[in-house]
Amino acid sequence: MTAEAMSPLKIVPMVPKVVSPAPEAPEMATLAGQAETDREVEPAVRVRGLTVAYGSTPGIKSIDLDLPERSVTALIGPSGCGKSTFLRALNRMNELFQGVATAGEVLVRWDGQFQNIYAPGVDLVELRKRVGMVFQRPNPFPKSIFENVVYGPRHHGVSNRALLAEAAEEALHQAALWDEVKDKLNAPAAALSGGQQQRLCIARALAVRPDVILMDEPTASLDPISTGKIEDLLGKLSKDYTIVIVTHNLQQAARVSHKTAFFLNGELIEAAPTLQMMTNPRDRRTENYVTGRFG
Amino acid sequence: MSALNTGRTAVPTQTGVGAAVRTRLRGRRRDTGAIWRGLFFASAIFLVISIAAILVMVGRQAAALFTQVRPLAFLFGRVWAPEHGLYGALPFLVGSLAATGLALLIGVPLGLAGAIYLAKLATPRAQRVMRPAIELLAGIPSVVYGWVGLTALVPFIRRHSGHVTGFGLLAAGVVLAVMVLPTFISLAEDALRAVPQDIEHGSLALGTTRWQTIAHVLIPAAWPGIAAAGILSMARAIGETMAVQMVLGNSPVIPAGLIVPASTLTSEIVLEMGSTPQGSPANNALFAMGLLLLLISLGLIIAVRATRKEATAGVRQAH
Ligand SMILES: Nc1ncnc2c1ncn2[C@@H]1O[C@H](COP(=O)(O)OP(=O)(O)OP(=O)(O)O)[C@@H](O)[C@H]1O
Ligand SMILES: [Mg+2]
Repeated sequence: MTAEAMSPLKIVPMVPKVVSPAPEAPEMATLAGQAETDREVEPAVRVRGLTVAYGSTPGIKSIDLDLPERSVTALIGPSGCGKSTFLRALNRMNELFQGVATAGEVLVRWDGQFQNIYAPGVDLVELRKRVGMVFQRPNPFPKSIFENVVYGPRHHGVSNRALLAEAAEEALHQAALWDEVKDKLNAPAAALSGGQQQRLCIARALAVRPDVILMDEPTASLDPISTGKIEDLLGKLSKDYTIVIVTHNLQQAARVSHKTAFFLNGELIEAAPTLQMMTNPRDRRTENYVTGRFG
Repeated sequence: MSALNTGRTAVPTQTGVGAAVRTRLRGRRRDTGAIWRGLFFASAIFLVISIAAILVMVGRQAAALFTQVRPLAFLFGRVWAPEHGLYGALPFLVGSLAATGLALLIGVPLGLAGAIYLAKLATPRAQRVMRPAIELLAGIPSVVYGWVGLTALVPFIRRHSGHVTGFGLLAAGVVLAVMVLPTFISLAEDALRAVPQDIEHGSLALGTTRWQTIAHVLIPAAWPGIAAAGILSMARAIGETMAVQMVLGNSPVIPAGLIVPASTLTSEIVLEMGSTPQGSPANNALFAMGLLLLLISLGLIIAVRATRKEATAGVRQAH
């Protein structure tokens, strides 16, 4: 769990994990090889014809996208193109804003089968237990470190102190924060550094044991060292979780993600294995973006 | 609402005046600036002098009492009988504190529910109705509250309690509770609205219900502001005179129950100030009660400032 031991700035794109037993892929997979392994990865979330509008302002238009299970999908694109809107549509957080209208389907694997989270009667509490979220700015509650981590389990009915302590320790280990906070679990969360607060928020999301974790620019307000720690963390977490991350940093997308989706003006232009997106995109607009010609 | 948030409205008003003056007299900015600065400075000085004058006057008269009566005999004396040389203010102090406490006991839960409703649950339409209604509540003169209390509440209590009069702390507490509601609601609502949306959404995104989020994140995060609202309501309640005096029964004894006539510091001052000769011990004792009220208010203001400081410190830490 020593995140410091790893280089925070490794640039090698990660290799997607395969569901079926496959030979260990080499560090630098070929494009074709990546594309092939990607096909074998079963999606955890299928998005079909997803459209979100804020009153008369269009947010995203008719998006189709599969999010592969147990891997990291990066959402990239210029500011205002709808990345956050797309992300918040996956756990129905958009509905907290006034005048939002959503159409289309988001199919989440739920007890073994795909369920449309926009179907009538879907329990938002159950949905958000399965699809967790980490925000752009660390948003710890004004409570102790411990109470922050166990907030989810506590309000989902766990009251046994030992169970909560166990859950907290596990989540903090997963978030690579345990060693830094184990002696001050009762200290206020606000006393942690920004990077520690963000890992605390990741631990808080993990403690609910979601299947999918949505992260909206989780390192945007952090220094390079904290960013490196969180990127390392993403690599480890993707063994167990389906992760979707919004990022403005193409290097970061290349470092942490297996699949990348490029948004522009509310539309999904292209989605493909990250290496392919970075080196050989199909669409001219994607190429312009990843080569820094606009955006 | 503007009457309640004087701290907040005062600033825009000043800059508004300043800006208007600046545009109107652009050419001779320096001269007119000096004149206006002088005017503002003079009014500030006037304010300080008035406050100092009140303190000196009240303090001097109170000090005169303490040459004749021991301070402890005044503060903890249980009997108020100037004709026998007994100047115990304890019955009034107890009455004031009990009426205020009761008002908060009734008003704070109601007010908190109202503030949560307005800040988080009400539709814009409901807010458009509720806000002016609350402002109206704040604008009703206290004699009207007292009158309604006297003609409706006191007889109601008399009928349903079997007590002889219906006057007492219960009636005063209920009237005061209604009177502090506007102050409390608008301040508590501000505090709830000031909680960063990120924190609220963070809780909802963890799969908690709206109620869990309100109870376990929103209210704790807004707590310093809610506490300040409570303290300011307390200050308002303890200083209220007319309405309380009309429903309390005004008997200078430590009340043995909630539905027996009692008295407070403020109502006793009002009742007796005309009938005690200037400079008499009884008159000085009234001033000492005034001083006591001043000190209590001062303590409450210090407490509010402390919670404000705590609140801003908390916000700064969170960012
Ligand atoms: N709460 C909201 N209310 C109204 N319009 C919104 C809201 N959130 C987003 N929008 C609009 O939807 C569009 C997409 O915004 P969104 O926040 O999803 O973009 P983004 O790709 O996340 O941008 P950024 O990279 O700057 O975070 C924009 O035109 C934006 O103005
Ligand atoms: Mg965004």
